[in-house]
Amino acid sequence: MSGQSGYNPTNPVEKWLDERLPILRFSKEHLMDFPTPKNINYWWTFGAILMFMLVIQIITGIVLAMHYTSDASLAFDSVEHIRRNVNYGRIIQGTHAVGASMFFFAVYMHIFRGLYYGSYKAPREIIWILGVLIFVLMMATSFMGYVLPWGQMSFWAATVITEIFAAVPVVGEPILVLLRGGFAVDNATLTRFFSLHYLLPFIILAVVILHIWALHVPGNNNPTGVEVKTSADTVPFHPYITMKDLFAVVVFLIPFAWFVFFAPDILGHPDNYIQANSQITPPHIVPEWYFLPFYAILRAIDFDMLFISSKLGGVIFFGGSIVILFFLPWLDGSKVRSGSYRPLFKPFYWLFVLNFLMLTYLGAQAAEGIFLLLSKVGTAYYFAYFLLVLPIVSRIETPNPLPASISESVLGNKGE
Amino acid sequence: MASDATSDITKRDFLYVATGAMGAVGAAAAVWPLIDQLNPDASVLALASIEFDLSTLSEGQSVTIKWRGLPMFVRYRTPEEIAQAKAVPLSDLKDPQTDAERVKEGHEQWLIMIANCTHLGCVPVGESGDFGGWFCPCHGSHYDTAGRIRKGPAPLNLIQPEYEFLSDTIVKIG
Amino acid sequence: MNKSSTTFKGLVLGAVMALSGGLSVAPATAAVVGVEPELQKWTFAGIFGKYDSNQLQRGFQVFQEVCSSCHGARLMSFRNLSEEGGPLFSEDQVKTLAAEYIILDPELAEGERAATPADNWPNPFETERDARASNNGAFPPDFSVLAKARGVSQKFPFWALNYFTGYQEGGADYIYNLLVNYTDAPHDVEVPDGQSWNAYLGGTLAMGPPLFEGIVDYEGDSVPETVEQYAADISAFMMWMAEPHLASRKSMGFRTIVFLLVLAGMMYLVKRKIWSNVAH
Repeated sequence: MSGQSGYNPTNPVEKWLDERLPILRFSKEHLMDFPTPKNINYWWTFGAILMFMLVIQIITGIVLAMHYTSDASLAFDSVEHIRRNVNYGRIIQGTHAVGASMFFFAVYMHIFRGLYYGSYKAPREIIWILGVLIFVLMMATSFMGYVLPWGQMSFWAATVITEIFAAVPVVGEPILVLLRGGFAVDNATLTRFFSLHYLLPFIILAVVILHIWALHVPGNNNPTGVEVKTSADTVPFHPYITMKDLFAVVVFLIPFAWFVFFAPDILGHPDNYIQANSQITPPHIVPEWYFLPFYAILRAIDFDMLFISSKLGGVIFFGGSIVILFFLPWLDGSKVRSGSYRPLFKPFYWLFVLNFLMLTYLGAQAAEGIFLLLSKVGTAYYFAYFLLVLPIVSRIETPNPLPASISESVLGNKGE
Repeated sequence: MASDATSDITKRDFLYVATGAMGAVGAAAAVWPLIDQLNPDASVLALASIEFDLSTLSEGQSVTIKWRGLPMFVRYRTPEEIAQAKAVPLSDLKDPQTDAERVKEGHEQWLIMIANCTHLGCVPVGESGDFGGWFCPCHGSHYDTAGRIRKGPAPLNLIQPEYEFLSDTIVKIG
Repeated sequence: MNKSSTTFKGLVLGAVMALSGGLSVAPATAAVVGVEPELQKWTFAGIFGKYDSNQLQRGFQVFQEVCSSCHGARLMSFRNLSEEGGPLFSEDQVKTLAAEYIILDPELAEGERAATPADNWPNPFETERDARASNNGAFPPDFSVLAKARGVSQKFPFWALNYFTGYQEGGADYIYNLLVNYTDAPHDVEVPDGQSWNAYLGGTLAMGPPLFEGIVDYEGDSVPETVEQYAADISAFMMWMAEPHLASRKSMGFRTIVFLLVLAGMMYLVKRKIWSNVAH
């Protein structure tokens, strides 16, 4: 989909540049004229919000790295130095820490929007796969970033998460030692995490560019899931979508600022204000909230399956819960994209959302009794949704009639 | 009709301009902390001014102390050094300054200077050189007993910080 | 459009609840099983909260006279005591105070010197071993950020409301409740030697009751010299020590959010104007 109006430079300098580096043509076609379905709703603004968050995290991160010391004996105090002594340090550090949570909040919104409106379906499979890849990179980045303040939660998160790799048969132990750079999490672990935490965001940025490139081939999906037919179905990206996205970004900044300025520690854990101590484990260790559903899945497997130990089993399900997302475009065979026109799909989708929220809750509870039982049920439904529900529903479901075009659906809405 | 359309356009333009201006103000306000964080932090500023107890030095002794991360000479000059410095005619000086301008009245024995050669910043060696003051080994600049440049490539006398005597023995630098 | 924005709101709300649900354990670190904490009305709570400098001065006095012989405060500089938003001692007071303390300085021939306002609070013990040796094997934790390393546990829905009220005073409440709840142990509990019963913890700890009525002499008689008053003052002081820029952060936040609300309103009008000629 190239621009409708095209780029016709009149000015000789622009012409000269255009023949050598058509960057203005590219910007005009992809940032201004790009035809976007006119019916996309506010769920679609999370893409722009995520781009904004990535930039915020990179900028504040670069600033923090100017003052941070990645040495196990100094890291904790250097973060406090930032909060106490550096000009605006408390705000910049708070923005980066709260920003991680806001980033994940936005990415979950973005993912669940894609799940509901079938944005992963042909011809958008690559966009989806790149998106899952970004999600995985984000998890790695935030996990390593969480280790850097070198508090008790940092240290024990690093210990527990690296320990996951020890579950791999035969080579697990050597991999564990390799990852940690020692027999336990220590200075070598901290310094490599700092190095990678600085590197990964730029890799994320590169994958984001691919993600958007892939998006600009078929163009945006939309709430009806009906492909764009004529130019009457679309509006140019600028000013229509840019202004809508900017409005959404400003609205998003309000709760963001609320947390940064009034409750910067509420999304974290008090134990991370205790310096790392390899001799004492905090009584109740929990990951950051955005890992909780997956953490619940990890802990739900407390039984051996044939020759697979419960530890390895937990790791397989934990990894599988992410890996399965890569295959989603081929698990859901329905030709209808949007959940709005799929009566049978809808209840299962909302159950999936509730189930995900339940897993989030369970990830924070002690793995025992009713919580453990519910975790198992939740894990089972998580996988069943992808492996059973979507393939079967797509075969037996009779979708509601689709509008002939986006324009028609818009006019129909107005009539209601 | 026509006037309605015009006023509508004006209203719209005003909204756009006002919103754009608001956004610009917000962006500038957000950028400022990112720039200001580059400035010296509170722990550095706390050391911007120090107090030094001169009673630890005896006549003819000098000490190099650290001030704002820079080395600094504090010298208790002997009467001969002071006389020697006072005797130099201003016309002999590359960067003319009397000895009185280099010290505080009533405290002529105390010479306080930043210990970086004004040529390229090396730390000169004390009580040496052709003029009994300081000699910079890097490029051969000679300073006299008042820290004034006498010979060699350095353009200026050794720089002096702001300082004041809080009492006869306590000097506040910076 | 209307329909989708309603579901949108519902979902955002749901997600916010979920987000808070995931955090339900955050304040539960202490795993407190004793008496319910009594939450205090702190001057530094809420979006306009700021420290009461008189209270911080009293809290400092309690810290200096009672706590500081065992507990350190290595991240607090003397200069902080005269900074905006803190106890607001005068610079001269701080200079005099600092000069009473000795700082180890290996750069000096004597190896030590009097502290200056730029120095951090010196540790009462040189090493953890020394600290344990003097305290029956227990290690008195450093106070610098201790008020943020503690929290009170709350029942649903109170913890969920914290995200909307911005409750960040759990550490001060924890310390207060710990200090006022040194009671006699229930008769079925045997308290080991060197330990003390604390009803808030519902268990024993190595620190004996540090505060007694009249232990610190507040000059003038307007402020009661009770354990409760001391506990409140030291808790506030420790909160300040852990979060010295709270007041300026909150006032900056208020301005930021008002600005964002106005900008969001204007952006909405711009967006509506632009979209006014498009059916969507």
